[in-house]
Amino acid sequence: MSTRLLAALGLLVLGLAAPASASEERPTLAELESETVCPVCGSTVDQSNAPVADRMRAFMRARIVAGDTKSEIKRQLVAEFGPRVVEPAPPKRGFDLLAWLLPGAGLAVAAVAVGVAATRWSRRREGDDSAPAVEPAKNGKAPLDADLERRLDEELARFEA
Amino acid sequence: MSVALRVGQVAAVALVASLLGLLAWKLANGEGRRATGPAPGFALERLDREGTLSLASLRGKAVVVNFWASWCGPCRDEAAVLDDAWQKYRGRGLVVVGVAVRDFSEDSRRFARKYGMTYPIVKANGNRVERQYGITGVPETFFVDRQGNLVGDPIAGPVDASEEIEQRFEASIEAALA
Repeated sequence: MSTRLLAALGLLVLGLAAPASASEERPTLAELESETVCPVCGSTVDQSNAPVADRMRAFMRARIVAGDTKSEIKRQLVAEFGPRVVEPAPPKRGFDLLAWLLPGAGLAVAAVAVGVAATRWSRRREGDDSAPAVEPAKNGKAPLDADLERRLDEELARFEA
Repeated sequence: MSVALRVGQVAAVALVASLLGLLAWKLANGEGRRATGPAPGFALERLDREGTLSLASLRGKAVVVNFWASWCGPCRDEAAVLDDAWQKYRGRGLVVVGVAVRDFSEDSRRFARKYGMTYPIVKANGNRVERQYGITGVPETFFVDRQGNLVGDPIAGPVDASEEIEQRFEASIEAALA
């Protein structure tokens, strides 16, 4: 790989890493609001007008001013409200485990079904291709059906007899 | 109709039926509001002092378990009623426990001071204890007898919402103390 390409890749990686690092060290309220969940209504804080969401915004604003990182602020919110405040996904236990298993199982079943259908279609096409081709007649006309030709020969033979 | 298509249809119907069955099972056995049976245990951080408070440590006493939050308007109204019950019945072995849910700890403490909650208050752990009791909002109040069983009528909403509800509140306390 050329030196120039390597350098370009390195710059690209740095370019992507720099904003992420800045976001962690100096988070904005808008970022935190969109990445945390209102414990009352379940929507992200930026979409909630519940009183507790207002309190969360005030808390996040105060912690940003105090210089806390994004991870620190989220950790404090988890200590107050539990992990669902930053991870709104269903718990991975009991009945709720189905929410994790069913989408994957559904995709797997769909993939198998598509695979089976594709296999059958391709086999059907191969079957059509392997049927013997009809040889065109040398006089340009289509050949007679074998049974019909036999009956015709028998009829002609009667006339000749 | 091909065999494969028929099999697919049967499988689809069976899948839907099994999911409906699972849903019915969950509704029957899971997380509706608890009214009878052993009260779900908990050991929660105290907000009125250091340490934790467990329901098991209150065995032998009647317990009123009240779920509340500082941002809950009706919770302000019923705080005085709950504290009055705590003062009136504590001599007979009643304990009122306020479980603060979905709230900042400092907001809960400030609310308790402002509205004169002198009974023990604890902080819910995420939403686990809420799920165990099957609560759907705040305030909600449950009654636990001396053997640790749920008794009386759980109350959804403030315990002073109406004269009838206040009577249910008193009756349920008596059932827990019996």
